[in-house]
Amino acid sequence: MNKITDETIEYVGILAKLELTDEEKEKAKNDMEQMLDYIDKLGEPDTDNVTALSHVLPVKNVFREDEVTNSDDSANILKNAPDEQDNMFVVPQTF
Amino acid sequence: MNILDYSALELSKEIKAGRISVAEATKTVLNRIADTDKEINAYITVAGERAFKTAEALQKKLEESRGKGHELSPLFGVPFAIKDNICVKDMKTTCASKILENFIPTYDATVIEKLEKAGAVIVGKTNMDEFAMGSTSETSAFGITKNPADKDCVPGGSSGGSAAAIAANMAFGALGSDTGGSIRQPASYCGVVGLKPTYGRVSRYGLIAYGSSLDQIGPIGKNVEDIAGILDCIAGADSKDATSYDMAEDSFLNSCVSDVQGLKIGIPKGYFAEGIDSKVKESILAAAKVLEEKGAIIEEFDLGFEEYAIPAYYTIASAEASSNLERFDGIKYGYRTKEFNGLHNMYKKTRSEGFGPEVKRRIMLGSFVLSSGYYDAYYLKALKVRALIKEAFDRAFEKYDVILGPVAPTTAPKIGTSLTDPLKMYLGDIYTISANLCGIPAISLPCGRDESGMPIGLQLMGKMFDEKTLIRTAYTFEKARV
Repeated sequence: MNKITDETIEYVGILAKLELTDEEKEKAKNDMEQMLDYIDKLGEPDTDNVTALSHVLPVKNVFREDEVTNSDDSANILKNAPDEQDNMFVVPQTF
Repeated sequence: MNILDYSALELSKEIKAGRISVAEATKTVLNRIADTDKEINAYITVAGERAFKTAEALQKKLEESRGKGHELSPLFGVPFAIKDNICVKDMKTTCASKILENFIPTYDATVIEKLEKAGAVIVGKTNMDEFAMGSTSETSAFGITKNPADKDCVPGGSSGGSAAAIAANMAFGALGSDTGGSIRQPASYCGVVGLKPTYGRVSRYGLIAYGSSLDQIGPIGKNVEDIAGILDCIAGADSKDATSYDMAEDSFLNSCVSDVQGLKIGIPKGYFAEGIDSKVKESILAAAKVLEEKGAIIEEFDLGFEEYAIPAYYTIASAEASSNLERFDGIKYGYRTKEFNGLHNMYKKTRSEGFGPEVKRRIMLGSFVLSSGYYDAYYLKALKVRALIKEAFDRAFEKYDVILGPVAPTTAPKIGTSLTDPLKMYLGDIYTISANLCGIPAISLPCGRDESGMPIGLQLMGKMFDEKTLIRTAYTFEKARV
């Protein structure tokens, strides 16, 4: 049986950039323990000489000429921004 | 004949013959939506005005092309529903999430460009599980979609809105996306046809990513010919998707022939071992019998590694999701929390308020399996098991042309019964996720009904880039049933 500690949930919350309430944390602990108990099944087959398959087809670099094909769409793109000013995204102060 | 009874291809023929105008077809669908969708909730956005403008322009094009010998597409004039995780320029695209509730794409997905160039009329965007994470369409931030066959049941998911729209005649063709069964399972639950193409067959440019090594856009429609016609339109390499492949070949419509003589079809014994509803099992085996009578050679066989597909899938899909969904940070688009204290607090609050519980659950699990100390034990191990599953399918396809089985262990569950136990819900994906892990094409088509009249879906899986054989087999079965 897997045991997820408060520290682990805290750490995963930092990685995931999620702020969970105490109630959500407890639920997340239970959910994750249950899922990991199930996922542990993956330990059964012998995979010592198996190459990990991250992609089903051979992935290769696809090259093209570096030519501009689109035009400046910044005004439309900025319409989706939660906050914008002078044709730029406004972000919280970072220093 | 009522316009709504036509298939997509039949409707297009009527339009090209001048017996129905594009505006008339569009109006019929929009009226149907106005009458029906209050109850079903298949659509998040209905774009009536835009649809009429498109219809008008298409009608002009049709009149101008008369007598000039221009060949118009088999989809010309056909009203379409698009899953709300596929970008349509200037049309709200929400992924059924609060975090994107006001997002308006500035560009079209490649599949949308292709459909519109062929003369399709996009009438709206359909409901889904939030970020395509779910099997019931109940995790949407914009309400639950109901199954047209029984409004107390879910339509399946995550492309539940697209499947329900087709089943309730609120569109003639639809697009969905399939990461672990999200086209095939709702098609099965709603009694319509859905195809997950081979990974790379259709450009993913403009599809909001969930699990990038698994995601694929595909058609949902009334019958196999419509599916073939839509696939003809959307398939092909795209310079904007480096994982798309060009496999120049004949039209898939040409594969719509009744002929399975000598075709070798394998049925994995493990698919019927446990957990499958007896009526579903009976219906699938009866479907195999139909194909056998048409000349196919049916054999049961041991596939192997069936029980590892779900744990491998949820590890990989969650890992990829946690990475893909990092982009939702409240800066460039989407929701931003109102009050915050500095940049990192803004990120955290925005995401926590913007994402629903199922999305958070998968992001947490994905972040965990990718974190240092657990990466090898979970994520890397899952990729290795994925290789074993693919090898098992490769071995099977050395012997068989098609693998036949159910789409889901049961018919559509009642609304409100699935989300309380996520693991149980995940187990329902047992038959569909292998096609995503292996990249192979798979089609879901109706093959019967259970005691309460709910549709049962038959799944056919094929070799990489062999949609032709799948379409031919599915077409043969569909015609034999009528």
